[in-house]
Amino acid sequence: MGPSGSGKSVLLRHIIGLEQPDEGEIRLNGQSVQGSDVLDRYRLAMVFQSAALLNSLTVAENVGLYLAEHRLRPPEEIRRIVSEKLALVGLEGTEDKLPGQLSGGMRKRVAIARALVMEPQLILYDEPTSELDPLSAQVIAEEILSLRDRIGVTSIVVTHDSALAFQVADRIGFLHDGRLVALEKPDQLRAHPDPLLQRFLQARAHRQPQEVAP
Amino acid sequence: MFQNLGEMILLFGRTVRALPLVWRQRRKVFEQFYDIGNASLLMVCVLSFFIGAVVALQTGPVLVDRALGAALGGIVGISICKELAPVMMAILIAGRNGSAMAAEIGSMQVYQEIDALRTMRIDPVHFLVLPRLVALAVALPLLVLVAIMVGWFGGALVAAYNERIAIGFQAFFENLRDVVALEDVANGLFKSLIFALIVGTVCCHQGLTTRGGPRGIGRSVTKAVVNSIVLIVISDYILTRLLLS
Ligand SMILES: Nc1ncnc2c1ncn2[C@@H]1O[C@H](COP(=O)(O)OP(=O)(O)O)[C@@H](O)[C@H]1O
Ligand SMILES: [Mg+2]
Repeated sequence: MGPSGSGKSVLLRHIIGLEQPDEGEIRLNGQSVQGSDVLDRYRLAMVFQSAALLNSLTVAENVGLYLAEHRLRPPEEIRRIVSEKLALVGLEGTEDKLPGQLSGGMRKRVAIARALVMEPQLILYDEPTSELDPLSAQVIAEEILSLRDRIGVTSIVVTHDSALAFQVADRIGFLHDGRLVALEKPDQLRAHPDPLLQRFLQARAHRQPQEVAP
Repeated sequence: MFQNLGEMILLFGRTVRALPLVWRQRRKVFEQFYDIGNASLLMVCVLSFFIGAVVALQTGPVLVDRALGAALGGIVGISICKELAPVMMAILIAGRNGSAMAAEIGSMQVYQEIDALRTMRIDPVHFLVLPRLVALAVALPLLVLVAIMVGWFGGALVAAYNERIAIGFQAFFENLRDVVALEDVANGLFKSLIFALIVGTVCCHQGLTTRGGPRGIGRSVTKAVVNSIVLIVISDYILTRLLLS
């Protein structure tokens, strides 16, 4: 969690290897990612803020892309897996639609299904609920929670929405100006002494009633 | 543009090394191939017809006035097949298909679709560049072959029906057959193969290095087309020089 521009997306991009750190190192389960095959041995998936579906492919082709391109399953089985994952995110029957025909929330759920197909050990979500209406945001939040409970995948969720953070997280880190200011269980984070963090949490608390007021 | 030459050569090298995977990507190769033909075949015919026609129209009267009219078929034949068809069609393809490739890959870059591919451990070179480059390398020589035929026909038509030239079809093509050898046509097709690789590499590279949102896409497309044309013309001279000896 952290304000806009605090380096949340950049952090995720480093974890999954889209960018290389100028200094320091990224470690997965204690093993450094740089100059090793660690990223090949673990399956990491990322759900981009913009969903980043391939616009020229159908929903089914997007979701099945990982399996098809790496020749991991025969086509009929890919179709079955794709339908199964789409059903998991509540999008059965959208296989032949193009991403452009879907709403923002649906696109994000397709992106989650695409991540799930990889059977990842770690899913990175970049602002999964931003730009969504409150109802879709709630659906996505519940989705993240239920995936943890059902298939036991570890998730790192990045957000500037503290309500989402407190709803889904077992541990919350607070990022400010590229630095991790705090990393605590939710209860302990509320009592954290850092003034920046307290201001961030206060701002949310004050703003929310105004948002629902007519 | 020239500071990127190294990167482009690197991209080309990676694509060539991925060639064994081309069978896997055959569906995309075919789609690209179809796109190229569909977008350009008619334009190729129109363009090459008028290029052949204008060459005959410019050189015909000059030759006829000096009683050299019999050489017209050979001059039109050689200039079309060794020079004008390969260069003009490569420029056409750069404008028609290369620009589309730069725009498509550029927008995938800007909208993080390429990052998404990377997180799925799918190499954008295999997935995007390889099929486009292979399709271009097959399609452009075929289009140039068509262009050569149509260009010759255009030249012959003007030679026969322009009253200041008035050289019949038979005389035109007899001279053309005397002068133009199979090697000359092969020479033109070989050039067009190289041009196809240049257009594909430049445009895909430009797409992949697109930065800065939707405006970046526009910049990339412009640069892709302009750089392609410059490199086509420069390499045309070098190729001609090399193939001469
Ligand atoms: N650790 C860091 N060191 C230096 N610059 C950083 C760091 N983290 C982020 N930045 C810069 O801050 C900007 C905003 O980062 P970003 O991750 O997009 O923020 P957000 O938290 O809104 O996702 C980026 O342009 C990036 O270059
Ligand atoms: Mg961000």
